[in-house]
Amino acid sequence: MKICVCVKHVPDPNLPVQVDLDTRRLVRDPAHCILDPGDEYGVETALRLVEAHGGEVVVVSMGPPAAEDALRRAMAMGADRAILVSDEALAGSDVLATARALAAAIRPEQPDLVLCATESTDAYTGLLPGALAALLDLPQLTFARTVAVEGNIVTVQRATETGYQLVQAALPALVTVTASVGEPRYPSFKGLMAAKRKPLITRGLAVLGVELREVGERGARERVLEVREVRQVKQGRIVVEDGTGSSIEEILAFLRSIQMV
Amino acid sequence: MGERRVWVWTEIASDAPHRLSLELFTPARALGRAEAVVLGLTSEQALEQLGEFGAQLVHYAADPIYAQFLVEPHVATLTSLIESERPDLLLFPSTPTARDVLARLVGQLGRGAIANAVALDYDTSGRLLATVPCGADALATVTLEGPLPHLVQLRPKAYAAEAVGGQTEVCLVDLPVAETSCRVRVIETVEQSAAGPNLEEATVIVAGGRGLGRAENFRLLEELANTLGGAVGASRAVVDAGWVPYRYQVGQTGRTVKPTLYIACGISGAIQHVAGMRGSRYVIAINTDPDAPIFELADLGVVGDALTIVPKLTERIRAR
Ligand SMILES: Cc1cc2nc3c(=O)[nH]c(=O)nc-3n(C[C@H](O)[C@H](O)[C@H](O)COP(=O)(O)OP(=O)(O)OC[C@H]3O[C@@H](n4cnc5c(N)ncnc54)[C@H](O)[C@@H]3O)c2cc1C
Ligand SMILES: Cc1cc2nc3c(=O)[nH]c(=O)nc-3n(C[C@H](O)[C@H](O)[C@H](O)COP(=O)(O)OP(=O)(O)OC[C@H]3O[C@@H](n4cnc5c(N)ncnc54)[C@H](O)[C@@H]3O)c2cc1C
Repeated sequence: MKICVCVKHVPDPNLPVQVDLDTRRLVRDPAHCILDPGDEYGVETALRLVEAHGGEVVVVSMGPPAAEDALRRAMAMGADRAILVSDEALAGSDVLATARALAAAIRPEQPDLVLCATESTDAYTGLLPGALAALLDLPQLTFARTVAVEGNIVTVQRATETGYQLVQAALPALVTVTASVGEPRYPSFKGLMAAKRKPLITRGLAVLGVELREVGERGARERVLEVREVRQVKQGRIVVEDGTGSSIEEILAFLRSIQMV
Repeated sequence: MGERRVWVWTEIASDAPHRLSLELFTPARALGRAEAVVLGLTSEQALEQLGEFGAQLVHYAADPIYAQFLVEPHVATLTSLIESERPDLLLFPSTPTARDVLARLVGQLGRGAIANAVALDYDTSGRLLATVPCGADALATVTLEGPLPHLVQLRPKAYAAEAVGGQTEVCLVDLPVAETSCRVRVIETVEQSAAGPNLEEATVIVAGGRGLGRAENFRLLEELANTLGGAVGASRAVVDAGWVPYRYQVGQTGRTVKPTLYIACGISGAIQHVAGMRGSRYVIAINTDPDAPIFELADLGVVGDALTIVPKLTERIRAR
């Protein structure tokens, strides 16, 4: 079974998010970018499936050259090889353009399964996987809590707002996973060393046969007009509890002032 | 140019319109003529209710197939409807199914879409303007280019649902669903106990974080919430620690809430938490660390130990 896992190189979510107000893009300092923690679940799911059924795990990312880092990390976890879709013209791509670039890279691989996370940690539109499924003409099984493959059938427990649904499709298919699929493994030292030598190919748009007008800022249909800071610091009242219960009187007075008691 | 036609992707949950879909009729009415799209069997009452919230027309496909197979039949029908009816704008709520349908539509139609919008308008030249959060402290104004209809997904609570008391016409959609789009089959639907806080509807939320120390201490929050007629929420740190189930979680990857009063106890105020409670009318924060970021959005900040302050507060309110 061949599995392609889409992984994104994102600003470390534990650091504050920065937006460049001039370029109107997120600041992605490569030194502070990591493999999206959500995508580790996709990699983990793929590794478990291949451990059970045999096959190959190919990780795919679209991003600047520094995104190689995310791919190496996924290979350190155990993925076999990587494809980086990288081209100056891709900067500023929206969901549709990103999906087109990833589809062009994945199509020739003819995978049995494409895995994505439900949403990325930085932009979290959650729209990429479905757009990709449409472009690859694959059925999409989403919000998976569990993923099982038997023969050529994939079965997924799809989380809903009130429980879950058991859904099924024939392979090839695209599946998006949630954090419930199981804890991602931590790369071993051996894995980290091996990852350095695993094959990684970089593909530009020309090689993929994607036309310029379909991708990047020129292909983006979603356009950012303006970014403004809204850091609202409420100049609220701060009181320090001094051990006499004084703060409780303050809270009561406040609750009274807003007619809560 | 006639009035803009604004379609609302309307999901039906236990035979009533989903509350997140109902919210979208408010901007739909403000921006043009509001119409609903309902794919799948539902009751007459549910359709009438859409009229009360401002839908002038419901495109209704009364076919059980939409519950038996996911996404592709919906996208196929929606694509045909868009081609024949030519709406200007489609609004999608932040539900799992709406997201699936919108995402596939983006690839299928080759159209851009805006996700996570918190406000929507047109400028005087008729250009669509959407406000979307961009990091913790910034809002972006974005637009869509290219052919109509424009596709936008809105965050929960971006708008309040308003019953305006109207009647709706129903237009039956009778499009056959091709077998080739029936690929993802629903084998079984399991409802799990819905017990737990109804955070979206609570006017008071008492939320707890890692600062509470242990799972058992959540009882203190339950008691305060009960005396105020509110619900209990939590940060992801304590959900991950297994102190309370996921449905308590407030934040970017949990619930978005807009209560009148939010009392944050032992919560540091990480951006991902704040993303889900920023819209609270009033915020009280109790935290031992005077530099905790949560104090930046508190109307009243109390530097102190939540474990001693909360029970005493409950006691005082009860004694009144
Ligand atoms: C704050 C912000 C808001 C944005 N809003 C919009 C918007 O409304 N509409 C729009 O068209 N664009 C938007 N963008 C642009 C968007 O970030 C890019 O199009 C991005 O490449 C895909 O979107 P996502 O990260 O939201 O993907 P999601 O759909 O959230 O990602 C889900 C999964 O898809 C896979 N994936 C996503 N991106 C990649 C990648 N580059 N390489 C490999 N796998 C990937 C991963 O498995 C990921 O976990 C926004 C960007 C920012 C920073
Ligand atoms: C992609 C992503 C998505 C996320 N989504 C969410 C989300 O949806 N919701 C969410 O909440 N988080 C989310 N997080 C996690 C978030 O970044 C924080 O880690 C989390 O909110 C911290 O929870 P906390 O405030 O309870 O814990 P901490 O940050 O550990 O804060 C505990 C606080 O308690 C205070 N304290 C200690 N003892 C006491 C006491 N006795 N009395 C009063 N105060 C005390 C401390 O001073 C401290 O400020 C997400 C993170 C990522 C990366």
